[in-house]
Amino acid sequence: MNNMWWKLLGSILVVYTVIAGFLVDVPEMAILNETIRNLFFHVTMWFGMMILLIINLVYSIKYLGSFKIPSDDVAVESARIAMVFGILGLITGMIWANYTWGTWWVNDVQLNGAAGTMLVYAAYFLLRGSIDDEQKRARISAVYSIFAFTMMIVFIIVLPRMTDSLHPGKGGNPGFSTYDLDSKLRMVFYPAVFGWTLLGVWMMTLNLRLRRINEKLNA
Amino acid sequence: MNPISSLIARDLKLEFRRKSTLAGLLIYVMSSVFICYLSFRQIIDIPTWNALLWIIILFAAVNAVVRSFLNESRGIQLFHYLLVSPVQLILARISFNTAYLVMLAIITTLFYSLFLGHSIEDIPMFLLGIILGCACLSSVLTLMSAIASKAGNNPSLVAILGFPVIIPTLMTVIRFSKNAIDGISWSVNLNYALILLALFAMTVIMAILLFPYLWKD
Repeated sequence: MNNMWWKLLGSILVVYTVIAGFLVDVPEMAILNETIRNLFFHVTMWFGMMILLIINLVYSIKYLGSFKIPSDDVAVESARIAMVFGILGLITGMIWANYTWGTWWVNDVQLNGAAGTMLVYAAYFLLRGSIDDEQKRARISAVYSIFAFTMMIVFIIVLPRMTDSLHPGKGGNPGFSTYDLDSKLRMVFYPAVFGWTLLGVWMMTLNLRLRRINEKLNA
Repeated sequence: MNPISSLIARDLKLEFRRKSTLAGLLIYVMSSVFICYLSFRQIIDIPTWNALLWIIILFAAVNAVVRSFLNESRGIQLFHYLLVSPVQLILARISFNTAYLVMLAIITTLFYSLFLGHSIEDIPMFLLGIILGCACLSSVLTLMSAIASKAGNNPSLVAILGFPVIIPTLMTVIRFSKNAIDGISWSVNLNYALILLALFAMTVIMAILLFPYLWKD
């Protein structure tokens, strides 16, 4: 029961996010209207994905330092959950775009960066699939994911700031903090980020345990 | 002689000895350009002209760089392992591939302009775009070729691994060379050149850090 508390906290925060996210008073904005509530679901997905990808990066570096397979297990499972978050982020973003920009997809650096990131990690899993030897697979995929992560930083953080974008918070656009005059959005947004991330890490640890059980059974 | 320059010299000698690979690449770009010419006839829209040129260069680059680590025999690998450090090897390959790609890209651009016409306002700037773009392409694709060579020598893996990570470079270089075609001033375009330079520097640093983990089996 010792390490139960954070799982409990994560679940409570997610439940709070869903309930408060739909009930809280939101600033009345033209065009955005009630869709501003998607902030608690769309933006938090990307936060969760970034945190999981940083876990992937850290464990990839750790693997290259120690050549111990458990580090690689953490790296691959975190990337897998990050993909789930990324896909959910894309879907929630597309729904939001449809209501505010009038189309499911626009040719925008931010959106393309997100899609590119998904491609990078799809390639990561493909690379893993094409190597049979466990140590070799861990080593080579760690090299690729470290390299891919640095390119992704350029992709979704540096490039969108250099060019025009429709996306809030990019290309000189104001982010949501400027709309949030009475901090009501923040009251839900920060717990939501924390809750979704904890949920993601929980999913990751479950997958990790399943993986270790499978390894024991197959050994 | 410095190991890097002797490695480059050896790659160059091999390239001249096996003329078929260079000839193959030239025929590849020529037929791509010819197909574009037959399908488009004439491209008036500058962004289309520019994007199509870079797509041809991208595919030619993948084909050119794929060979740099693929199909290297066990003997050659051991030979490198004994004589040079991994950093020297990757730097030699990246510089050789950069020079190779710049040459290939210039030839492609000449053919492309011959068939599809051109209206490049600022030729020196466009050339700088080709050099920077090819440096970035070669550094990323060389590293990807090293990775793919460890993953079962599958040539299509280079494209699968390389394309997603090459998108930032490609987007920047396409914008840079479009500005060169339009004759936009250096003060505006310098930003893109700096991004490309930074991307190249970043890739080379990552290659230096990561390649030593790749090459030992």
